Amino acid sequence: MTTSTDRAGSRRGTAAPGTGQQVLRHRMKPGRWARELGWRHVVGVLAVLYAVFPIVYVVSASLSPTGTLTGSNELFAQVSGVNYAELGDTKFWTWMGNTLVIGVATAVGTVLMGAAAAYAFSRFRFAGRRLGLTSLLIIQMFPQMLAFVAIFLLLISLGEVVPALGLNSKLALICVYLGGALGVNTFLMYGFFNTVPRELDEAAKIDGASHAQVYWTIILRLVTPILAVVALLSFISTFGEFIIARVVLQSESNWTLAVGLYGWVSSLLEANWGLFAAGAVLSAIPVLALFLFLQKYIVGGLTAGSVKG
Amino acid sequence: MSRARYKGAEAGSGTFSGAGFAVKLVLIALVDALGVFGVLAAWRAGSWGILAAMVALLVAANWVYFTKRALPLKYILPGLAFLLVYQVYVVGYTGYVAFTNYGDGHNSTKEQAVDALLVQNERRVEGSPALPLTVVEDGDGELGFAVVEDGAAEVGTAEEPLVAAPDATIDAGAVTEVPGWTVLDRATVLQRQDEVTTLRVPVSDDAADGSVRTQDARTGYVFQPVLEYDEAADTMTDTSTGVVYTPNDDGQFESADGETLPVGWRVTVGFENFATAFGDERYAGPFVKILLWTFAFAVLSVVTTFALGMFLAMVFNDPRLRGRKVYRTLMILPYAMPGFLAALLWSGMLNKSFGVINQVLLGGAAIPWLTDPWLAKLSVLGVNLWLGFPYMFLICTGALQSLPGDVYEAARIDGAGKWRTWRSITMPLLLVATAPLLISSFAFNFNNFTLIKMLTGGGPRFDDASVPLGHTDILISMVYNVSGLDGSAPRDYGLASALSIVIFVVVGVISAIAFRQTRKLEELS
Repeated sequence: MTTSTDRAGSRRGTAAPGTGQQVLRHRMKPGRWARELGWRHVVGVLAVLYAVFPIVYVVSASLSPTGTLTGSNELFAQVSGVNYAELGDTKFWTWMGNTLVIGVATAVGTVLMGAAAAYAFSRFRFAGRRLGLTSLLIIQMFPQMLAFVAIFLLLISLGEVVPALGLNSKLALICVYLGGALGVNTFLMYGFFNTVPRELDEAAKIDGASHAQVYWTIILRLVTPILAVVALLSFISTFGEFIIARVVLQSESNWTLAVGLYGWVSSLLEANWGLFAAGAVLSAIPVLALFLFLQKYIVGGLTAGSVKG
Repeated sequence: MSRARYKGAEAGSGTFSGAGFAVKLVLIALVDALGVFGVLAAWRAGSWGILAAMVALLVAANWVYFTKRALPLKYILPGLAFLLVYQVYVVGYTGYVAFTNYGDGHNSTKEQAVDALLVQNERRVEGSPALPLTVVEDGDGELGFAVVEDGAAEVGTAEEPLVAAPDATIDAGAVTEVPGWTVLDRATVLQRQDEVTTLRVPVSDDAADGSVRTQDARTGYVFQPVLEYDEAADTMTDTSTGVVYTPNDDGQFESADGETLPVGWRVTVGFENFATAFGDERYAGPFVKILLWTFAFAVLSVVTTFALGMFLAMVFNDPRLRGRKVYRTLMILPYAMPGFLAALLWSGMLNKSFGVINQVLLGGAAIPWLTDPWLAKLSVLGVNLWLGFPYMFLICTGALQSLPGDVYEAARIDGAGKWRTWRSITMPLLLVATAPLLISSFAFNFNNFTLIKMLTGGGPRFDDASVPLGHTDILISMVYNVSGLDGSAPRDYGLASALSIVIFVVVGVISAIAFRQTRKLEELS
């Protein structure tokens, strides 16, 4: 007891200006500290440099007033908001709006449909249940984007009937994305739904609740974390999806960020660099924020769902 | 009996509980309204396949939500409908297209090809009169012509042949007003010049009668097809030369000396597309190279990211280490960055002459990171490592923290050293825990189109310039380039779909084997 208070006291005494490392060094001999912990910091700093350098670079490039690739090489040599202001003259904000609309609509639809299907598979016992689960597992192996040629051809035919479901329509793109919703996410949710005790819904049913009431008022409340994870994953994958968006959306004002920014870089890399950098920073912010905010859930959801799969 | 009644009451309590039932009714009414609209539209467009699918879905929806015997389907149907149309159907359709010659020159049905041939090969009818012509527009904004023939006005559009318009006003020989149509003024006509000059208004329902066209929007002439289609004999005859063209197996009209007409139709060609991919000298060489590189890329991506991620996870898996949270947060930043942005960003950074890597970090070197075949491959892997290691770091950290401590204690008692513990305990347990994720990671990278397209665009190109393929192309980007959807190459949906099928097979087989293996691994542990 006395030693521990002594130690606490000495820590307070020496660590006032310094960092945690000094404390550890104080507790451990320097040689041992370097051998057991010091090198870990070296590795950590190197890894962080590797991870962060491109991000620092793009922020610096976005603030560089020259707006060219060459002009961006000196980090933070000059700082101005010119590139950000110039984004206003482009279609950037339209693309941002399109991307958010498509991403949010897909995420909401995915959660609603995936959760409903997972509920049915988890709670009801019906003919074809096993077959359904197995089919989903198999379908899951074939990514939808591989069939982009057929999607393109299907949308041509659909567009002749209902233009809103045809090529160059955001609604059609959302529908296509929703087609991939069940295959990817049902298993993730199914595993989680199974962890909610059945006694809960049985008790509710005895109290006179219908299946719909059980679903909306009991189950969905209890599985909110997985709903958040699925919504987030769906939003992020839609946000960065390129191949189908590129094939479906044809006019510039319907493009998503991925299609639009690719256009800038692929056409005039050198001249558009500042513009691209500013656009990249702005488009990364929503995803980055969501991610850091919810990283705990994402990691948990990823491992839990897949391992059970 | 009592059980059945109980069940009925149970379902009933849900359906009749006021608000819920009303919401359901409104939703179904909405779906039905949209559905009926779709069915009518399909009817008008003559798309029978779509019509049948829509009717089937509508009937299914109404049955499922009003019967009491399909409880689970009530929850599954919405997702299932989308799944069937936009995933199962398109995958099946890919399978069908893979066996056809669908693509440029073979875009439509035979009927449409015949019509297109008749329309495209036209000549002004000799001695036909010049018709005073007015450009008009109907309520839907569709352009049409109003012409005066023998003093009587006639009006029609590209879809609807000319019909008499007795109540039109004719002034100075030309139509000035037609009820139900808007006469376009000169400025608008100039604005829509392209539409006007390409517009063909058929004289009658019979395509052989020809159609009215105009160059100056004031006078029109009747053009008649040079080709003549004989439906009974199924042949095309060139009326000017007398050459007879007969349909061949490739979906084209072919003359006796082997000359073909430019517009064909799609026919099934069996395994020809697969033969092209594996056997045709233009594609076979690149295809094998690309297939090998795709495997190498996917495997190496998983191995490198996993190795780095696991190493870092073990380095930071020491509770005594200060600032772990800060390191962790900064290190997962690349994972949170959308992949397409990262790839575009790196493509600039690795630029040979201006990029920051060459100019600043390497002091003005001119290393062709993205333009040399091998360096480009290395760059692709390096960028993917940057993008992917944080994910592996996260899952390895999670797995490491859930490893049971007693095993390590037992190992220590048995006298196992650090290396031995890692090799015999940590590594196997880690692999069991992360195997399914490694497999999905492999499958994801196998089709990582975004990275390749945005970073190198598949380049540098192969020396043989006849196919739009390059050294870093993977199968999926090869499919994209061959399909010609971005306009850089002639469209060949058949070959593209055949290549998609190859990918489907590869990914499917690997997933199947892998999942079986994982189950075994899990049983072992």
